[in-house]
Formats: sequence, structure tokens, C-alpha cells
Amino acid sequence: MTEQRLPDFGSRPASATSGYDTGSELPTHVGEPIVKVEKLEKYFGDNHVLRGVDLEVRQREAVMIIGRSGSGKTTLLRCINFLEEPTVGWIEVDGVRLQADPLRARSRPHQEKIRQIRLRAGMLFQEFNLFPHMTVLDNCTEAPMRVTRVPRDEAVVRAEAYLDKVGLLEKRDEYPARLSGGQKQRVAIARALCMEPKVLLFDEPTSALDPELIGEVLLVMEDLAHEGTTMIVVTHEMHFAQEAADRVVFMEDGVVIEQGPPEQVLNDPRHEETTHFLRRFLDR
Amino acid sequence: MVAGVGEFHRPQVLVNIEKAQAAHRRRSRLIFLGVWIAILVGIVGAFASTGNTDLEWIAEWAPFILGGSGITILVCVLSIVLAVILAIFGALGRISRNPVAYAVSSFYVSLVRGTPLLVQIYIIYFALPTISPFLILPAIPAGIIALGFNYGAYMTEIFRAGIQAVPRGQQEAARALGMPERLVFRRVVLPQAVRVVTPAIGNEFIVMIKDSALVSIIGVQELLWRAETAGRPALNILEAFFIAAVVYWALTIIFSFFQGRLENRMARGDR
Repeated sequence: MTEQRLPDFGSRPASATSGYDTGSELPTHVGEPIVKVEKLEKYFGDNHVLRGVDLEVRQREAVMIIGRSGSGKTTLLRCINFLEEPTVGWIEVDGVRLQADPLRARSRPHQEKIRQIRLRAGMLFQEFNLFPHMTVLDNCTEAPMRVTRVPRDEAVVRAEAYLDKVGLLEKRDEYPARLSGGQKQRVAIARALCMEPKVLLFDEPTSALDPELIGEVLLVMEDLAHEGTTMIVVTHEMHFAQEAADRVVFMEDGVVIEQGPPEQVLNDPRHEETTHFLRRFLDR
Repeated sequence: MVAGVGEFHRPQVLVNIEKAQAAHRRRSRLIFLGVWIAILVGIVGAFASTGNTDLEWIAEWAPFILGGSGITILVCVLSIVLAVILAIFGALGRISRNPVAYAVSSFYVSLVRGTPLLVQIYIIYFALPTISPFLILPAIPAGIIALGFNYGAYMTEIFRAGIQAVPRGQQEAARALGMPERLVFRRVVLPQAVRVVTPAIGNEFIVMIKDSALVSIIGVQELLWRAETAGRPALNILEAFFIAAVVYWALTIIFSFFQGRLENRMARGDR
């Protein structure tokens, strides 16, 4: 039924959810699938934002989702950890599998499953969303101590390690208001890492930053990608995607149009829509 | 005259403008003070000219009446604490998806806002004990409960607004870290909401200082009760109530000063 409403995108590769052609070699560092999105649809009212998305992300893989605003990429990301309850479809993160259930979204078992997924998938936001009433360190220890019951000493050691990793250990006792946007986002990354998630979801992490602050955040993300952190990144930073992505996913009108290695999707796209998007994007 | 490096030679016009503005400010302040003093002198003079003002009585009884301000402040502090607790739960009910919680809290707000505080005080102190002897309360607890219950309803809306003023992203970030809803509210939303509403709580406290005079009618020995008790036997009603009024006035001025400072600090805040 939804199929009929789709615009004709020409020959779409049928259900190549992993993005790697059958028979072709996987990148050697990539492991088993850890995130699976199946037949995902999302309506906001009558607005059909996701129209059947299938996506598989493997361990240690960095997947970057590109597409124009309104294409559904942010909604897809927010559906993976159920900040938006999908209307139809399945999500699986690190073995926790959950079907969209908008009618019983607030039921206890559903909420508990969602929490299990969220513990495995850390999220970074465009607006950082650090807790302004807590110091940098407390931002990082709050969830480990209160959610996963890590003892305080251990949580502090862990937080300091990750703050050091993002280069902000000396800011541990500052409040977020005293940090620049770039520093805030780096602290947010450390905060997410403190929960030791299996995958990190980045929702346009540099879109709210002044241009001169974008680099420091991308640098941290690139390090993470090279260390083999599994990540799904919604981004407009094409150069970054080119450098750090294992796979680029192009979305339009709520479906995945094309995906593959960055050099292929970004430099030699197979689909007209991708070409259009990239041309317009690079023209700006 | 040649300005040195890094020096800015200010044109005479600017200096003159500044001088004129400073002079105007000084003059305004003087006039303000003058008018206040004139009005005060007028009022005091009018009372004094009746020849009934008994200065000796004032000297004798002012300390007794003034002593009531301690009870007034005690009652207000405890009442505002009770009101804040009720307001938090009231606000939670008002934004709850649970229809029972929403109904209960709406009922509370409607009932309290729809009836006079004086009637509520009468009911809690005089009427409830007729239902059961267990509901007999000493005057001070009864007064605190009545004031707290009343202000809790008004402050419910303040807290609701405060909670809704916390950006949505804060809850999302907390949820994304795996926090259960209860923890999200207690550790992330509530502390930020409290910061938002703190100046408003201060304001309510100042209003309450004046409303607390009502509990004198059930025998709480606060400012007004003491003024009445002291003034009535010797028929020094004028002096007694005059003292009470001045003390209430002074209390509100003092607490307004602190409240203003609090408000400034919150506005500057480190958000």
C-alpha cells in the first residue's frame, strides 16, 4: 500500500540492507551486524516521514547518513533509540529486538526494552544537551552511577579517562555554561562513552556550532571511528564523511536511495537523486 | 590638545551630557525621598494631632508586638515549605498523562482558588475537628496547614510553568542515557525547574507575610494577634495597629530586598 505512493526512483537495489554487494569483500575491520533496522515506517500525523527503511550496521563500522533536510535521516536516528516511537517496523540493537508498538508505547515491558536499547546506543544531539546544573564530571558520572550502578570511584575514573580522550580533562569541575560549543559537544561525547554503549548515534553533531569550532568535534569523532567505534552519523559534513565513513547512506523522501563506500556514493553515485543532491550541496 | 596613543579625548558635549544626567538622577532621588517623608510626616502628624496618641504606651508595648514578627516569619517559612512540596506534586499532576492524577490535582487547584483563604482557615481549625477528634489541631499547625495548602494551589501553576520551561532536549538526553522517567524528572528536570521558579517562590513568600495576618483569628500569636491583644484592653487600638502595619511593611521591604538580589543572581546564573 505504501509502495504505491513512492515516487519512481528507478532501479533500487533490492533489500541490500548491509550496503555491501553480495559476493563483494567486507572491509576487514568490520564485524557482525549489531544494529538492524527493518521495514521501518514513521508517520507524524498524516506526514509519512519514513517509508520503509532497512539498514544494517556492523560492529566497528562508521555509517554516515546524508540527505537533504526533511529526508527522514534524523527521524531514522531518533527511531533507533525510540526517542520517536516508530509507527511500523523492527529495531534491533546488540541482540535487543523490539517491534514498533505505538499503541502500547508507554507500557512497562515496552519501556523497559527501550531502556535496554538506549543503554546500548548512546546519542549525541545537535544542541549537546549537557545538564547545565551539573559540572562536566557530574554530567559524565550521573548515568553510570544512577542507571548502571557503577560505584562512584569507578565512575569518576572512567569519566576522567573519557574526558581525557576528548581532551577536556582540565575542565572536569567547570559548569557547561563556561564551555564553548565545541567543548560542550566533546563533553557530550565523553558523557555518552561513559555508559560504554555498543554504538553511538550522532544527530548532526556539528550543525549548531560556529564554523571554527566544528573541526575539534570532527577530530574526536574521526578518532573514534578509526578506533573502531560503531557509529551512525547524520551529517552535512561531506569531507568528514569522505574521510571517516566506512559506508555512506543517502536518504530521500523517507527511504534509503543508495549506499556504499564513501568514494563510490560521494564521487560516483549510481542514482540520479544522489547526484542531484550532491551537486546542489557542493554548489552552495 | 593632542590625544596620546590609546587615549581617547572625550568631547566636551559628552561630559556635559553626563553631568546633566547625573544631576537629574540626584534631583529625582531627592524628590522621591522628600515626597515619602512628606507623606509619612502628614500621616503621623494627622494621628498625633488627634491628641490620642500615647507615646508611653507605644514604648511599653512595641517590643511585645514586634516579638510577634518571629512567629509570623516562622509560620510563613514552614507554610512556604509545605506549599512548595504540594506545588511540586500538583504540577506533576497537572502535566501527567494519568487522568486520575490530572483530575486530583485540577480539583485541588480549583477548590483552593475558588474559596477564600479565611474560609479555608476556619474550616481547617474549627470545622474539621467536628468530623473527628483526631483532626483537632493546635493553632500554629492549623495555620501553617491552611496557608501551605492555599499557596500550594497557586504555586502549582508556577511550578508547572517552571517544569515546562526546561528544554525538551534535557529530557531526551537523560532518556538517551537510559535513565528511567522517575530519575529523569528527579535528577534533570526538577533541579532546573526549581532554579527557574526560585524568584517566584520568594515573591509568594512576601505576599504570604501579609496573608499570614489572617491566622490571628484562630489565635496564632503572631504580629496582628499581638497588636490586637495589646491594643484592645487599653483602647490603644490606633497605636497598636499602626505598629503592626509598620512592622509588616518593614518585613516586606527587607524580604523584597533579598528577593531582588536572588532574582538578579538567578538571572545572571551560569546557564
